[in-house]
Amino acid sequence: MRHLLSTEDLGRGDAVRILDTAEEMSAVGDREVKKLPALRGRTVVNLFFEDSTRTRISFEAAAKRLSADVINFAAKGSSVSKGESLKDTAQTLEAMSADAVVIRHWASGAPQRLANSGWIDAAVVNAGDGTHEHPTQALLDAFTMRRHWSRLNRNASTGADLTGLRVAIAGDVLHSRVARSNVWLLRTLGASVTLVAPPTLLPVGVEHWPCEVSYDLDSTLAKGVDAMMMLRVQAERMNASFFPSAREYARRWGFDDRRLASLDSLGLKDTIIMHPGPMNRGLEISSAAADSPRSTVLAQVRNGVSVRMAALYLLLSGDTREERNELTKVSSS
Amino acid sequence: MSTSSTGPTSRVVLTAADIDRALTRIAHEILEANKGPQDLVLLGIPRRGYPLAQRLARKLAATDPGIDPERIVGLLDVTMFRDDLSRQPTRAPGPTQLPSTGIDNKVVVLVDDVLYSGRTIRAALDAIVDLGRPRVVRLAVLVDRGHRELPIRADHVGKNLPTASAEKVRVRLEETDGPANDVVIEAGE
Amino acid sequence: MSSANPAGQTPNADRYLLRGAAVLGGERTDLLIGDGVILETGTGLSDARAAVLDADGLVVLPGMVDVHTHLREPGREDAETVETGTRAAALGGYTAVHAMANSSPVADTAGVVEQVYSLGRAAGWVDVRPVGAVTVGLAGEQLAELGAMADSRARVRMFSDDGMCVHDPVLMRRALEYVKAFDGVIAQHAQEPRLTAGAQMNEGKVSAVLGLTGWPAVAEEAIIARDVLLAQHVDSRLHVCHVSTAGSVDIIRWAKARGIKVTAEVTPHHLWLTEDLVRSYDPVYKVNPPLRSDEDVTALREAVADGTIDVIGTDHAPHPSEAKECEWAQAAMGMTGLETALSVVQHTLVETGMISWADFARITSATPARIGQLQDQGRLVAAGEPANLVLVDPAARWTVDPAAMATKGRNSPFAGRELPGAVKATFFRGHATVLDGALNTPYDFAGEL
Ligand SMILES: [Zn+2]
Repeated sequence: MRHLLSTEDLGRGDAVRILDTAEEMSAVGDREVKKLPALRGRTVVNLFFEDSTRTRISFEAAAKRLSADVINFAAKGSSVSKGESLKDTAQTLEAMSADAVVIRHWASGAPQRLANSGWIDAAVVNAGDGTHEHPTQALLDAFTMRRHWSRLNRNASTGADLTGLRVAIAGDVLHSRVARSNVWLLRTLGASVTLVAPPTLLPVGVEHWPCEVSYDLDSTLAKGVDAMMMLRVQAERMNASFFPSAREYARRWGFDDRRLASLDSLGLKDTIIMHPGPMNRGLEISSAAADSPRSTVLAQVRNGVSVRMAALYLLLSGDTREERNELTKVSSS
Repeated sequence: MSTSSTGPTSRVVLTAADIDRALTRIAHEILEANKGPQDLVLLGIPRRGYPLAQRLARKLAATDPGIDPERIVGLLDVTMFRDDLSRQPTRAPGPTQLPSTGIDNKVVVLVDDVLYSGRTIRAALDAIVDLGRPRVVRLAVLVDRGHRELPIRADHVGKNLPTASAEKVRVRLEETDGPANDVVIEAGE
Repeated sequence: MSSANPAGQTPNADRYLLRGAAVLGGERTDLLIGDGVILETGTGLSDARAAVLDADGLVVLPGMVDVHTHLREPGREDAETVETGTRAAALGGYTAVHAMANSSPVADTAGVVEQVYSLGRAAGWVDVRPVGAVTVGLAGEQLAELGAMADSRARVRMFSDDGMCVHDPVLMRRALEYVKAFDGVIAQHAQEPRLTAGAQMNEGKVSAVLGLTGWPAVAEEAIIARDVLLAQHVDSRLHVCHVSTAGSVDIIRWAKARGIKVTAEVTPHHLWLTEDLVRSYDPVYKVNPPLRSDEDVTALREAVADGTIDVIGTDHAPHPSEAKECEWAQAAMGMTGLETALSVVQHTLVETGMISWADFARITSATPARIGQLQDQGRLVAAGEPANLVLVDPAARWTVDPAAMATKGRNSPFAGRELPGAVKATFFRGHATVLDGALNTPYDFAGEL
């Protein structure tokens, strides 16, 4: 693995390897010294063109637990807001000998651009790009689901995938990088996915995706769901006529108290409720649902650090320079 | 490559019976050095140090019925502490499992199959420090083949094997390499 | 070929004898060029004063006429100038280009169009025909002084807000009506703005995966449908720029069947490239209208073959490198095209057997000249006709290297591809602007009279 840009092109082997490594990383959090020397002397740059404190501190904690040096580069309030280009920023980071660049960007494809442009030699980790992908979020979601699924099936999670797991993802799929990354990764891991959204918040072309699509949350739940993932919905979408009102949205597509209660009456006693955060309580999820024992919201945050440690470790610990030389040799011959 | 046969340029230096005798002797040495079974923890280094630690624990229990072989053995993954991480292809880390008693104030015996450069043991010592504070750490190995690159020595050695650097020492255990159960030296390229 | 501009001659007194050129890919003949015209055709011609060009195996065609070129001057001379853009045109086999109005200042007054016209004459590589803006500042609010531009020295006949759509139906109706006074034509960039706010690529299968805001086909088709009905209603001439979807083709086919006076253009890149290239997020593939699907490409090729689409327009849109060396969403839209158009059309239409070289001449020269009302362009390859010609080696193969191009723009989507067909010589008003596949000298307008 040279970069982590998307889950669309992440094979089952690499995906399971990241999840397995994350299992080992999660044990570090329980130890006396919550730190490993594996990335000593490596420099990880968190390059954020878009604010996201949660994602940044998660990556920062992950890199620091692996003993990497961390540089936070917020594109706001820096040379970037004065119009410095991605190219110039990349070349600056290259001059600083960054080994990995964790990039968050409002523009879809910016991480891929950074990785493939030749501007920089570092490993690139996509920490969320526009409405494209957020691969580490999907991996931490899969990690959370795998632990749950293994516990239910009384299997070891290491080495396992998600075959047979039924996942529903509800909300603003159109603008959601989390939904996209989850759809590809969950397919790769063998889960079956149903997207639930108002038709206005599903992309044209969704019919080609490896999942079911439904406009009706209740009927999806009635068919049986093992993991119910709610996506953040921005209330301002209402102003662009994606839906008439927050109230109508919450009633039709929100995970409210009535739907929480319906899980019991449907016999879905083990169904978990997931949310990537930050939550809009009362819009896509009710407080009772968010705070219920079914909610994995905090476990997702915890698992995020383990998964990001795994990704950074797997990208940075090997002899990447040599791999790169091999690649150049192949391509130039 | 098959693990159950030896090539034309390899020779067996320890048979299954030799290995068993060596472990019996090491078990006795451990009890002797520790003046009894108290506070003993055996930490096996993957892959082959772990089954060796389990075998040793059974030997200890056979000598001293007060020892529960299941409760004194642990698994110590040192991947993340290696000094060659950036020089080798990426290695996925494995699990570390400590005995429920932990290692604080214990007598930890590290168990590995072959002692060579000493770098793995260096990594293991660092890993232990991050997990707790044992009273004593000792080292038991099945084979010491020399060529040390660090000031490290074993307290208990099954067999000292003088080798050339180009040669390969392969320990093959039933648990990991079955059915083979021996130690062979293969000529280098 | 073995010739150069004979020493001691003034440029406009050039005489060339082309031996054995296949006229429109058909009958082989000698052509004697002099005094700016084709003096004679036939076999075994000789002329003591003429430079002889061995045109064995070469095809002679009327000089190409581009209905859609962005020369960027005035205002964006860092991207292109009239000089560099027309050099590129000559190398691409063109003898005339229509310079789009979205310069800075916008070509919405007689003064600006005359400036562009003069720059074109000073450069001397091709005829530069300025396109006038339909609305002041391309703002879509108020008609520009179309009549003044028509009456100017630039004699503007084509008007377009290209880059922007004349989306207000009332304004579009008035523009279509008004230009009838001087037999003008409105060239519409068909893009419903509300349906394409923030649009980054074709809306469909690929945009859904890439998370890029979609540019739906309906945003083009809805405007074309409205405009052909408006053109019918007021009995005016409409030209549709860069048609990019199968649905647009259907609408235009329907309109033509009803006798509506509509002509349509397609770019070389829309005849070949598809949205799948956007998966790289490389902005060299960012263009407006966007690259579409395989089905659209097929429909566009068929539409050229059956005459529904009348002409090739390059939409040559050079950009400085920093406008493309960035994130997709930040990047400028557009591709260079003048120096690859002939080869791409040969590859996509001639070599697929969909059109002949005679058809090629119709869609790249004769019809574009008629739409732009250029009297001396797009004529027959025959004695007595103006010598605006291009000599093509259809058997040549070359690999596109943007750095080697005459245009300032390095944003060719064909970079690295091997293309068929090479321009060996271009004759503009009887003067060789390109010889041996390289730039020669410009035509000297000052030396006329
Ligand atoms: Zn346009």
